[in-house]
Amino acid sequence: MSQVPTELRDDLPTFEEAPPPRDHGPIDWTGLTSISTAKTALEIGAIAALAAAVFFGAEAILRLTDTPTYVFPKPTAVVKTLVEDFGSLYAPHLWVTMQEFLIGLAIGSTVGLALAAVITQKPFVEKVVAPYIIAMVTTPMIALVPFLRLKLGFGLSPIVFAVALASGPMVLINAATGFRRTDLAKIALARSYGASTFQIFRRIRFPLALPMIIVGYMVGSIFGLLTAVGGEMVAASEKGGLGQRLVFFSSLIQMDKFGAVIMIVAALGVGIYVLFYFIGKRWASWEA
Amino acid sequence: MVLDPRAATAPASVLEDVNAATAKIRVVDATKVYETKSGPVNALEGFSVDIRDGELICILGPSGCGKTTLLWAMSGLHALTRGQVLLDDQPIAGPRPREIGMIFQDANLLPWRNLRQNIEFPFEIKRETKDRERIAGLVEVTGLAGFEGAMPRELSGGMQQRASIVRALAQDPAVLLMDEPFGALDAFTRDEMNLLLLNLWSETGKTVVFVTHNIGEAIFLADRVVVMTSRPGRLARIYDIDLPRPRTIEMTFEPAFIGLIQEIKRTVEAGGPRTLEVE
Repeated sequence: MSQVPTELRDDLPTFEEAPPPRDHGPIDWTGLTSISTAKTALEIGAIAALAAAVFFGAEAILRLTDTPTYVFPKPTAVVKTLVEDFGSLYAPHLWVTMQEFLIGLAIGSTVGLALAAVITQKPFVEKVVAPYIIAMVTTPMIALVPFLRLKLGFGLSPIVFAVALASGPMVLINAATGFRRTDLAKIALARSYGASTFQIFRRIRFPLALPMIIVGYMVGSIFGLLTAVGGEMVAASEKGGLGQRLVFFSSLIQMDKFGAVIMIVAALGVGIYVLFYFIGKRWASWEA
Repeated sequence: MVLDPRAATAPASVLEDVNAATAKIRVVDATKVYETKSGPVNALEGFSVDIRDGELICILGPSGCGKTTLLWAMSGLHALTRGQVLLDDQPIAGPRPREIGMIFQDANLLPWRNLRQNIEFPFEIKRETKDRERIAGLVEVTGLAGFEGAMPRELSGGMQQRASIVRALAQDPAVLLMDEPFGALDAFTRDEMNLLLLNLWSETGKTVVFVTHNIGEAIFLADRVVVMTSRPGRLARIYDIDLPRPRTIEMTFEPAFIGLIQEIKRTVEAGGPRTLEVE
């Protein structure tokens, strides 16, 4: 029989077994990170021209048809209230929403990332918990907000909790896809230099998963923002928030102020996208 | 004791026997059975060979004959089902980063690290101070100077494989195990890399075990060529290559070289005489 000690029979799969296919799991968001940016003056000019056409075109149509503000606000009126009332009407609520969003994202993504790292090491655990993860990914967490409000009171915590529940599974599912990308040759390389399991994780598995982790954070952030604003619309805290302002201004038919809040929410969403786009460019550019 | 399977079929030329005292690596009765869904697969069966210190030995065989299985067992990356590998008379039972350097198919560089970071990777794993002087010397010799900051995908296959050789040699291992390192390269780059390898080998005096399925490459490089049968991989025959050194590309056009190719090709195609099975 074998003369090699049994404790050294490692669990490293051999090269003769086909490597698992590199699928992106049930949800593939990688397209979000691979839009090319404008480079030439022509492209930038065209983008600016279209933006101006939309803005002033809408303004012209609304003026010509003499549409009242309560039906549809003029772009200039929206910009006017946004600039003049930012500090008094919008900034406090922006701050409330940002707190809910950032704290919720921090909690949800940390738990999601840690779970992804653990479950991908144990295929059995992954199979058992997969249905719950799918359920959490597909259930709109906004639906839980009224319930959470009853349980957790009228502070920020119910929305923070909902944001964590919405963003966590997104980070988890994408990060898990990343951690499943096991490149046996690269693991063998590290092992041949005597790498420990932790070193293999830190030096091989984690960098290999990083592009998908970044995608997970991007998608999780977008879902988190959605849940924060939506949750405030459903059942806001006593401090308000951007979603609560949307309900408030629309109930008063102050559509210019409503439009201003929409602009702030849209800017937040685009900001998240741009931030992660550049993070991806900086930390995952090797996977072009 | 291990029988020397060459005894039965060795050509008339007198072969110098490798005995246990001079062997750097001894592979004894190496057998590996993989458990697959369609039943056990015998990848390697009763393979034995003794490898001299400082020798460049090529292991040649058709695809799927267990060459890589053998090499991974020699590197300690996986265990054998039966038999063992001895390095300096010590059984190999796990990776031996101090003595063995491994060079993989397709360079196997880490794509998120630049060339310098790739070369320094083993130092980080071993938590050792980087031997910058040695690295700089190897980078110079392999013609990689000036490319230290480049990312792997910006480099040609040949340059990537040079970097992987530097990565292994920077550790100064006594033994270099090479797993079809130049298999993915075009013929011209392959010649170039083979010459580079011979230069590095003659300067450093490492023991090199080179796995390939290319007969010409094996003869060009090797002191001895070990021919394996197709699955299960067994020893078919060992050829001593008496071509003078330093070897040149010109030699590969000479009748002696071509004759060797033909002879080895016949051995490979015949699947090797089964009577050579080592008990």
